[in-house]
Amino acid sequence: MSELFKLTLSDITAKLKAREVSAVELATEGLALCEAAQPKLNAFTAFDADKTLAMAKASDEKLARGEGGLIEGAPLAIKDLFAVEGVETAASSNILKGFKPTYESSVTAKLWENGGVFLCKTSMDEFAMGSSNETANTGPVNNPWKGPNGEMLTPGGSSGGSAAAVAADLCFGSTGTDTGGSIRQPAAFTGTVGVKATYGRTSRWGTVAFASSLDHPGPFAKTVKDSALMLQAMSGHDPKDSTSLPNDVPDFVAAVGQSVKGLRIGVPKEYRVDGMPAEIDEVWQKGIEWLKAAGCEIVDISLPHTKYALPAYYIVAPAEASSNLARYDGMRYGNRVDGENLNATYENTRGAGFGHEVQRRIMIGTYVLSAGYYDAYYLRAQKVRTRILQDFEQAFEKVDAVLTPSAPSAAFELGSKSDDPIAMYLNDVFTVTANLAGLPAMSVPAGVDKDGLPLGLQIITPALDEETMFKVGAAIEDSAGFVAKPEKWWS
Amino acid sequence: MSVTADDVRRIARLARIAEPTDRVDALVGELNGILSWIEQLNEVDIDGIEPMTTPVKFPLPQRADEVTDGNCRDKVLANAPKSDEGFFVVPKSVE
Repeated sequence: MSELFKLTLSDITAKLKAREVSAVELATEGLALCEAAQPKLNAFTAFDADKTLAMAKASDEKLARGEGGLIEGAPLAIKDLFAVEGVETAASSNILKGFKPTYESSVTAKLWENGGVFLCKTSMDEFAMGSSNETANTGPVNNPWKGPNGEMLTPGGSSGGSAAAVAADLCFGSTGTDTGGSIRQPAAFTGTVGVKATYGRTSRWGTVAFASSLDHPGPFAKTVKDSALMLQAMSGHDPKDSTSLPNDVPDFVAAVGQSVKGLRIGVPKEYRVDGMPAEIDEVWQKGIEWLKAAGCEIVDISLPHTKYALPAYYIVAPAEASSNLARYDGMRYGNRVDGENLNATYENTRGAGFGHEVQRRIMIGTYVLSAGYYDAYYLRAQKVRTRILQDFEQAFEKVDAVLTPSAPSAAFELGSKSDDPIAMYLNDVFTVTANLAGLPAMSVPAGVDKDGLPLGLQIITPALDEETMFKVGAAIEDSAGFVAKPEKWWS
Repeated sequence: MSVTADDVRRIARLARIAEPTDRVDALVGELNGILSWIEQLNEVDIDGIEPMTTPVKFPLPQRADEVTDGNCRDKVLANAPKSDEGFFVVPKSVE
């Protein structure tokens, strides 16, 4: 095997454009690499080599004519939540096992328009509900990074397969979705860059819905510049998604490398939580020092309702999920388990098709929306959500961006939290606020802990200001000089 | 507020999930754990606060109310668990 897959997306697109490598050659190698890694990492759920090679061939033809999009010819991994026409899209759930969409999600359609080549579907927590990829119907994904004694670690979740694929250099970028932290937490756990843009910047159409007012499709990439390129290729107004923003997409890539001098960076005191390892605090302090050295002004801020974000999320998200997942009734698509009458068929279908975590969340959602509890739970949570947004709005009167850790720990051992839902939910304590408020946020690798595992820093900016996020992200990346890679044990 | 085994069965029925017979007791514990953790929201002053239903603060475009898609019956039926003669086949629901 060549070393081509170690290159960044920006570098490989330059090589493709210069015809130093062909897209077909690259796609062929990508398929072989993923196939070899699958028994070890368990990161993939579907391949379609014919489709991959046909797309690569079309890219080569365009490139030969001197044409081609932003990322022409680059093989990409796609989270199993995005409909890819003709390729099984199951949201890592038994209820959708075998489902082959007859349509393409808007985000993947944009990626293909911009020249991306479909490489594979990636494993995820079932219906994106989880923080460790352990609720996938195909079993957990192994993080390319192992623990100090060779323990298998979670790549994070829910977009664990997509994060692992980028971390293991098996693709040049991948897609994820972030409803409570499902891109940023896995990015932090795998030493990759993960981004979610302003709510509505990337279309949700054709992406299996979890919690519609919180779902943000976004990219994983090896560098901040690559993540900007990926987001550029995914974003834009989509008439098929009523919440898609009609605003023009700025030049995200151009923002990368621009000076951060004079930017005001907020450091929220509420993001220092009990039991957080000292190393997380240390990497945060380093981030502050790096930005100060780059000419930023550091401002202490308060986001007083931070601690209420997770409990509010665990009302709003399950409520929306219980409604969205009502469509899986075994009638028009998905798998049906017959019963003695219509209701029994619904119940058997959903009882057999959904895993425990999904059932638990549907039940919480059903409960908080049920008669007599709606005001006490759902309405209250929506008002708390307003409070969380107000916290940010007030902060952004004083600062241009907020800097926090991405997750309260490094990647943990598979199985260590799967019996305690709340311990698992707490993984998203730093990320969930940006989902509730709909703000751009990214995780950038910033250092390693005592066991050599990656740690990430999060940058949050005001709505529609992804450019400042990318500027600050690139400044952190430059100063951190994060070059650590996991030892290659998967091929 | 806490839920009982009967509540769990009622919620499962409302959600059209077959009664998780062997998991009812476990679910009582799990749901109560989550609900009591959520109770902390009662500390937040929400007087006069409007509920937030969407993060979109900008005007969204509307399109003309006209048919823009269709004539794809076979695509719609392609993933049906059961279909026949261009129709979905579902269990009898009206006597």
